[in-house]
Amino acid sequence: MAISRDDVVTWIKNYAQVINENNEMLTDLDREIGDADHGANMNRGFKAVMTKLPASEDKDIGTVLKSVAMTLLSTVGGAGGPLYSTIFMEAGKVIGPKMEIGLADWYTALQAAATGVANRGKALPNDKTMLDALYPAVDALKRAVDENLPIPEALQVSAEAAHAGMLATIPLVAHKGRASYLGERSAGHQDPGATSTFLLLDTAAKAWADC
Amino acid sequence: MKKLINKAEDVVREELEGIELAHPDLVKVSYDPAYIVRADAPIKGKVGLVSGGGSGHEPMHGGFVGKGMLDAACPGAVFTSPTPDQMLEATKAVDGGAGVLHIVKNYTGDIMNFEMAADLARGEGIEVESVVVDDDVAVKDSTWTAGRRGVGLTVLMEKIVGAAAEEGRSLKECADLARKVNGQGRSMGMALTSCTVPHVGKPSFDLPEDEMEIGIGIHGEPGRTRMKVEPADKVTEMLLTPVVEDLPFKAGDEVLLFVNSMGGTPLIELYIIYRKAVHMLKEKGIKVTRHLIGPYITSLEMAGTSITLLKLDEDLTKLWDAPVKTAGMRWGI
Repeated sequence: MAISRDDVVTWIKNYAQVINENNEMLTDLDREIGDADHGANMNRGFKAVMTKLPASEDKDIGTVLKSVAMTLLSTVGGAGGPLYSTIFMEAGKVIGPKMEIGLADWYTALQAAATGVANRGKALPNDKTMLDALYPAVDALKRAVDENLPIPEALQVSAEAAHAGMLATIPLVAHKGRASYLGERSAGHQDPGATSTFLLLDTAAKAWADC
Repeated sequence: MKKLINKAEDVVREELEGIELAHPDLVKVSYDPAYIVRADAPIKGKVGLVSGGGSGHEPMHGGFVGKGMLDAACPGAVFTSPTPDQMLEATKAVDGGAGVLHIVKNYTGDIMNFEMAADLARGEGIEVESVVVDDDVAVKDSTWTAGRRGVGLTVLMEKIVGAAAEEGRSLKECADLARKVNGQGRSMGMALTSCTVPHVGKPSFDLPEDEMEIGIGIHGEPGRTRMKVEPADKVTEMLLTPVVEDLPFKAGDEVLLFVNSMGGTPLIELYIIYRKAVHMLKEKGIKVTRHLIGPYITSLEMAGTSITLLKLDEDLTKLWDAPVKTAGMRWGI
């Protein structure tokens, strides 16, 4: 089975909905250790994505993802803007002009996304960032590809790994972004970026459960 | 939340509309993407100075666009970095052929967005240099953090480098000057109250009625310590001592002393702080030869203050005194 262009579009639309529903929760997490704007910024960005998506949703997957990236870059702002834009841009570049993708494509796309985010943000694992949800998801996906798991199962495993990574940010001391100003006081709080990244992968697992 | 706004999502756009109506002699306003640019930009042969950052710090940066200071400013959403498309268009709008200098406050989002904008502008053949301001001694400058924040010194840098660009110095000279200013200025701030971002609707942090936060950032990021409120003289000591010791400023130094309001603190209190700071510096043999007092880099309605010291020399003093004509700062013209 495969993930079609329409499945990708559904994932993006569903994520916009999920961000809207979790706007306040993400902002509250950011208020604890950042500057209380992560939910609002993401929501502004994905509302703009919803407005602009119709212009590209009949194109190939790479084009859809890149247009999402450009919209996020010009509407989210903060650190989240360039970082989330990078996820969609790098994934879009790797996937290119395909109309459907398999699990191995999704793995390479997500891996490129993680590398792009690491380069842009210059963060390392356990710095208490979105990478702490992204890296475990990519690793889990790699194992799923090696084991030839069906797509829904592989995505489920990957989302669960992101969830565990997100929870594992709670005791960490932040080394990047505004949370790093808190030093030791940043421990004990869940990272908002890791949370929105988990939601992104969880939404994929749910949207593509029948792929 | 009680605020004099209409709709939270319209705050920045409606502020820009007000600026455009108030200062047509000084600036032009672009709305999509959003930036404020000098009315006479681009100026042929002059280095263009572009800064930007989240809104909510008014008059910085938009209020500093005009003759002798910035050529353009990019306003982000409140407390959120602007985006690369804004910075790119602003950069193109002020490029007079002598290159463009980006003045960037050291925050993760600002750095990333300005880096991307500089890449894009270079791709279009514009020579771009970037200087990062990181003067906040409340944050430890370590590889384990995002580094010191850019705060009050940004205002002084924009004025001084703006004067240098106005007198025709090259891009490299302007960038070197900006780095020199960053190298010899330090700041620290404090808050008596929190502030409320309009689209969030709740205070950015909770601060009990009888407590203050020492080392606050300009977005309500927490600082070094939280403690019971102390008298103004004691608070001035708590801010000024780490500033003096960090550089360190020494006997014989001539300095510019900048006492800033975070937005909610009135001038009457700033003068009380200024008075104590001058006394303290005098005791250390440090001479205050220039000053700036008032709300120049604010945090919405937050009550609190920040103190910035900049070590001056003949060149910096001359550039500080040079004429400036902006909405937020004006003298000599």
